[in-house]
Amino acid sequence: MSPFTLRLSTLAAATLLALPAVAADKVKIGLLSTLSGPGSALGIDIRDGFQLAVKQTGGKLGGLPAEVIVADDQQSPDAAKQTADRLLKRERVDFMTGIVFSNIMLAVGQPVFQNKTFYISANAGPSQYAGAQCNPYFFSASYQNDNMHEAVGKTVQDRGIKKVALLAPNYPAGKDALAGFKRFYKGEVALETYTPLNQLDYGAELSQLRASGAEAVFIFLPGGLGVNFVKQFTGAGLNKEMKLFAPGFSADEDVIRAVGEPMLGILNSSQWAHDLDNAANKRFVADFQKEYGRLPTLYAAQGYDTARLIDAAVRDVKGKTEDKDAVRKALQAARFESVRGAFKFNTNQYPVQNYYLREVVKDAQGRITNKMVGKVFESHADAYVGECKM
Amino acid sequence: MNAILILEQLLNGLQFGLMLFLLAAGLTLVFGIMDMINLAHGSLYMVGAYLIASIAGASGSFWLGLAGGVVATAVVGVLLELTVLRRLYHRDHLSQVLGTFAILLMANEGVRMIWGSQPMPMAMPPSLSGPVALLHGFSYPAYRLFIIGVGLVVALLLYLLITRTRLGMQVRAGASNREMAQAMGTNVRWLFTALFALGAALCAVAGGMLGPLLAVQVGMGESILILAFVVIVIGGIGSIRGALLGALLVGLVDTAGRTLVPLLFGQLLGPAAAASVAPAVASILIYVLMAAVLFWKPRGLFPAHG
Repeated sequence: MSPFTLRLSTLAAATLLALPAVAADKVKIGLLSTLSGPGSALGIDIRDGFQLAVKQTGGKLGGLPAEVIVADDQQSPDAAKQTADRLLKRERVDFMTGIVFSNIMLAVGQPVFQNKTFYISANAGPSQYAGAQCNPYFFSASYQNDNMHEAVGKTVQDRGIKKVALLAPNYPAGKDALAGFKRFYKGEVALETYTPLNQLDYGAELSQLRASGAEAVFIFLPGGLGVNFVKQFTGAGLNKEMKLFAPGFSADEDVIRAVGEPMLGILNSSQWAHDLDNAANKRFVADFQKEYGRLPTLYAAQGYDTARLIDAAVRDVKGKTEDKDAVRKALQAARFESVRGAFKFNTNQYPVQNYYLREVVKDAQGRITNKMVGKVFESHADAYVGECKM
Repeated sequence: MNAILILEQLLNGLQFGLMLFLLAAGLTLVFGIMDMINLAHGSLYMVGAYLIASIAGASGSFWLGLAGGVVATAVVGVLLELTVLRRLYHRDHLSQVLGTFAILLMANEGVRMIWGSQPMPMAMPPSLSGPVALLHGFSYPAYRLFIIGVGLVVALLLYLLITRTRLGMQVRAGASNREMAQAMGTNVRWLFTALFALGAALCAVAGGMLGPLLAVQVGMGESILILAFVVIVIGGIGSIRGALLGALLVGLVDTAGRTLVPLLFGQLLGPAAAASVAPAVASILIYVLMAAVLFWKPRGLFPAHG
């Protein structure tokens, strides 16, 4: 090597080392979500909500051109892990988001955190990451898994229902769901059933429900699971025997579109509603309908807020996404107008927010949709924050 | 536990078992007669469900969709047999498994390309979407009763076809001794194409019936194909009677397991532990059943080979 080329390469190496101090020229987002199978409606809404927010800001996040790489996790932890690896190592994304299901979140979490990449959850909020396993690289822009179910538990308790049956899929969020419900419900649990996450036929469970003698049934069945359950529940005539309660997931616009009339009257809880009265939400709902021709679900609202949160954080650090501490502080500050209204992060980087009660009704235009009917919790925190040493 | 719960579970088990039978019947005949392992059988179930859902969606009539989709799937089955499967009959099992597994993967991708990766909505006919009062204080979904009815009628027709017709005689002869049947002048090639069309049509009936109850989606054939293989192994390969009995056994055990195991574990361990253990135990129950049957009858309940 001649002295000249040596000097040149030293210079090149020095320039490379110096690079991280310079602001990036774009921001890369890995949006890994469930885009096929029974859970696909959820992932599609997260994606559409996220992309709507990016579109509103002219394809930029925090002033930098945004590149959103969308990938399908096929609702499989293995497939998700492989794809996450590609997004982290080859695409070198600055942020990751999009995962719907908690079992996939728990599988992908470790490699993402080890890579020191920020994960902003647009849905999954497992109790593990809220408590003992909380991580500086994990932010939930949605909720903690138990929260929505806590709100239903309180509602069922407040309505004086003495005997309920509970049904959830056998995976981390299913366990969080029933734990959350029982935290605020003090009556008798006549039946507590966990079904496989890929189960679509509820014949056996429906006959157990009938035999249990419960006054009400609480289901946590996301996406296609809820669609099938509600159809089979009314098909068996059980809707005349017991009242159905659900978290917002199992009674959102995607389920309503697929099931129709039998949804009427179902009470459900959510941290967001499309008729929530604030300026950010009005703009979001109107633009989402104009863009996609349907009402947004809470998944879409979470995807949208995630993009807005990243937008605010990147702007706060003036595009220096390599400065991890600064990015973390900017994310924690959450300086964006959430479509939920009041929203801030707790010390475990999960939200402290309001939870509302919604009812499925026919609106003035004859559409079947959710209507907000009350507030269950004000500035509600999760039950695990005390276990988080961060 | 009460009588209504048991009755309802019996009906559920019967309904599930009869649908499994429709899949297992075609599978067992092909396996029994041609010694051919067809992993693409579940793909015909998927393609059938998609075709029925598409025609039903386009025409607005469930019945038109069912009729059109069943015929179309039979045609797909014949084409598949004539172009690919026919070449695999004389190869060993490994080649057959590899070949038909490739078809399964291609079928999944093909369906994804044509219909997309989201599940396809399929509605049950409005006349069957409500409950029917069977006894005082017990109503059962009309649609599930309808499935049971269709399953029984198809099983009866199939029984008559196999035991009372010339085609059935040739099929039975082929199943018990293929070489002898060929030597006696049975045109096995033609018989095979016909069998394939029949198997595909049965798959489509099952797919179309279960479509509104479950979901019409990519990969829907795989999980049910495993159960169909369990059924024919329990029933004895090549036997229609065995397939029917095996399917009903699997259907009843699976449904009963999902009800009884959680109840049992709940009393022994308390609800929290039962919730994590019971679903796992319930899902292996049918494999325990298979192991038990094979322990006492290694060739299945009604082996066809003489």
